[in-house]
Amino acid sequence: MFEALTHLQLQQYWWLIMSVVASGLVFLLFVQGGQTLIGTLGKTDGERTMVINSLGRKWEFTFTTLVVFAAGMFASFPLFYATSFGGAYYAWKIFLVCFVLQSVAFEFRRKKGNLLGQKTYEAFLYINGFLGVFILGAAVATFYTGSAFYRSEYNLSYWQTTSYGLEILLSPHNVSLGLAILFLARVLGAQYLLNNINVAVIRQRARRQVVVNAGIFLVFFLYFVTRLLLMDGYAYDPVTLQVFMEPHKYLNNFLQMPVSLVFFLAGVVLVLYGIFVTWIRHSIRGIWYSGPGTFLTVLALFFILGYNNTCFYPSSHDLQSSLTIQNASSSHYTLTAMSYISLFVPVVLGYIFYAWRSIDRRKIDEDDMKEGGGHHVY
Amino acid sequence: MTEHIDMALVNWSRGQFAMTAFIHWFFIPLTIGLTYIIAIAETIYVRTGDKEWERIAKFWAKLFGINFAIGVGTGIILGLEFGTNWANYSWISGDIFGAPLAAEGIMAFFLESTFIAVMFFGWGKVSKRFHLLSTYLVAFGASLSALWILVANAWMNYPVGMVFNPDTARHEMVDFWSVLLSPFAINKFLHTITSCFVIASFFVVAVSGWYIIKKRNLLLARRSMVIGASFGLVTSIFLTLTGDGSAYYVAQKQPAKLAAMEALYDGEEGAGLVAFGLIQPGKQVGDDRNDFVFKIEIPRLLSMLGYRDFNAFVPGANDLVYGNEQQGILSASEKIDRGRTALNALAGFKEARAAGDAAAADRAREVFEENYYYMGYGHLFDPESIIPNVPFIFYSFRIMVMLGFAFIVLFIAVLYMVVTGTIHRHRWLLWLGILAFPLAFLASMAGWVVAEVGRQPWTIQGLLPTMMSTSNINANAVILTFWLFLALLMVLLVAEMRIMLTAIRKGPDNYGKDPGGATGPSDDNNKETMGYNHTSKEGGRHV
Repeated sequence: MFEALTHLQLQQYWWLIMSVVASGLVFLLFVQGGQTLIGTLGKTDGERTMVINSLGRKWEFTFTTLVVFAAGMFASFPLFYATSFGGAYYAWKIFLVCFVLQSVAFEFRRKKGNLLGQKTYEAFLYINGFLGVFILGAAVATFYTGSAFYRSEYNLSYWQTTSYGLEILLSPHNVSLGLAILFLARVLGAQYLLNNINVAVIRQRARRQVVVNAGIFLVFFLYFVTRLLLMDGYAYDPVTLQVFMEPHKYLNNFLQMPVSLVFFLAGVVLVLYGIFVTWIRHSIRGIWYSGPGTFLTVLALFFILGYNNTCFYPSSHDLQSSLTIQNASSSHYTLTAMSYISLFVPVVLGYIFYAWRSIDRRKIDEDDMKEGGGHHVY
Repeated sequence: MTEHIDMALVNWSRGQFAMTAFIHWFFIPLTIGLTYIIAIAETIYVRTGDKEWERIAKFWAKLFGINFAIGVGTGIILGLEFGTNWANYSWISGDIFGAPLAAEGIMAFFLESTFIAVMFFGWGKVSKRFHLLSTYLVAFGASLSALWILVANAWMNYPVGMVFNPDTARHEMVDFWSVLLSPFAINKFLHTITSCFVIASFFVVAVSGWYIIKKRNLLLARRSMVIGASFGLVTSIFLTLTGDGSAYYVAQKQPAKLAAMEALYDGEEGAGLVAFGLIQPGKQVGDDRNDFVFKIEIPRLLSMLGYRDFNAFVPGANDLVYGNEQQGILSASEKIDRGRTALNALAGFKEARAAGDAAAADRAREVFEENYYYMGYGHLFDPESIIPNVPFIFYSFRIMVMLGFAFIVLFIAVLYMVVTGTIHRHRWLLWLGILAFPLAFLASMAGWVVAEVGRQPWTIQGLLPTMMSTSNINANAVILTFWLFLALLMVLLVAEMRIMLTAIRKGPDNYGKDPGGATGPSDDNNKETMGYNHTSKEGGRHV
């Protein structure tokens, strides 16, 4: 089946898969956003415990999606994996520490003998929520703005700064996406908790946080998108594969790929509608609009990043070193083999939906935190 | 391919990977092995309705949960480390190596993380059978995860199913099934996963043994010990069989590793297996000093195990370094020369391509392909460097093997005593069971030393040296992050061990949140005496 596809078609298929996983990941960052609201939504130990348990039942989905995104990029676009991780070294290592801290925080937080105390593990959740998400957003912004690396004729990459990725923070454009993703995650986190915890006072605070964080999110998001549409982008000739700067490349991509524009506009409208129903109609279902809206928006941003002869990991140091889905990908054979493995994705989504629904039938409340008999409480 | 080699970068990169991998390994065997123990206990509960079995399953699941989270956290470090610290390797082998990692994510990690949520939070919310199915799916997911990552690791030791593409300057996969089903990969998976089962079995035996010594939770301890010892006995026997398979495949593909495992310097026909020995201190490849101060050798067994032939020739380190014409073994110097020819041809191919000279490119490619097999050797400077650290590997191998056989005897003894109801009379055996848990870790880590240090100086056996595989960054960046991760992981490791020990001390009746005290069933085995009197310093809570 997949064997019949050309190498370029397989590369496009895998960019689609990775775009879907990345979009799912940004939606699932509601866990991280929720972590930054633990103290804001939970004023007592009991309330904080409910917030943490609500998030704790979902953190592994986000974590696993992150791992799958990284592994999928390794398998499908290994030159990206080598160039970005091996070059923006400090940025990715800090990001990694943020997620290692998260992995133990839920389980260890209230366990006796945990060495560091409850507050330290809660601080880990804040670090993961704030720093992890911000760095991820800023690093992804470099996919549009470029990084300083050189790629040799053997496809071995050499980063051109000794700050190894920390320099991404010097660009307001990169920082704006980092902050936009952070505040979006906080909006989604508040919406999720509003939906998942059946306690009036927490819901009241969560609703307020949706509105406050939505305002801040919109400022940074509009700044990022406006600059993106006005900037020159890294394009390449599909025949010669020569890279060149194209004025308004990303705006052109939206116009030349109407599907991405439709997804983008629909996504933004859904995110805003989710915020609207939370704020004005006092609905607890805002996450069901803003979540899919986030997914569609990110999907569109990944479409204009990788398709239409665009460099998805450009080099600001040497244009011809830039990475495209054509020069960074795995071979035809490997992408074909991987494509068969990708057929498992609908099965995975199916059982996640089923299992998630099974344990989420009942909302979290104070009684739920008291259940014993082996019931796991963080 | 690269201008210069920074050995500080290479060594610190190796150090960082070894450190993070070893700490990760502290958690993996329990994650993989305990799920089966939990599944067995839960199966009995579902079939019999005996609440004690439910309690046993929940108790081990609680300990599993403490261990699982940090295993996940340390795992992501390794996955990303391929990119951050081994960027050249990630490109040169990514076309083959990345696929199993992605398959692991899609097929195994989601299975594990989805159903672990049901396993932890689904009690009372889903049916008993669905909960049991979820437990099995977690066990299956963890094992499937191990399969994929071990397939990737096996390929590094036993590269198959690929060709080198001079255009992209990397190895590219041409046969997925030969990568997945390579005999080395299958054997490595079976050997490693059974080592996880053995370690987890000892964990159960150790904790249960401690309860028996303390005269607490006796019914839980006895039943758990029966499961642990039975599971451990079966899997430890299987472990020795797969160990034999490992040695066989090492002999076929990694003769330098085999020579180091046996401290075999001069090859011979009908080579004996050194059961134990003391290597001559300071012994080097090429010198004429005796190999051993003393050794106990089983005649011809090495030839038999390595080549299934009592009279087969087993090459020693000197044969591999200096060549053996009679046996048709090229010297390392000859391989280095051929490797350099391959690399020069590759460079010529690139130049010709850039200049648009197709004929010259074809000629260069032909030369390259003739010498491709030795390509990795072209990067080496020193012929002796093809032999890994002999004493380290020799002693590690013996620690692993001797402990492996001792474990079988110990499992038999524990199982016999616990089934006959006499184990509480043999405190020495219970203490031995407790001691065996760290020893099982020691054995498995020694096994990893043999596998990974024994692969040196290669990341991809014979094709890519470790020193060519790092990222092209400053060594200081790796040194800084080495200490950062060491400090972080040691703190988390100590925290995990303290939480685990506290949870074990508290026993099975401390379900749910800790500060609120026990909320589960109050006692398990007031009727269970195992010969003890009903007296306890713990207010009669358990005995």
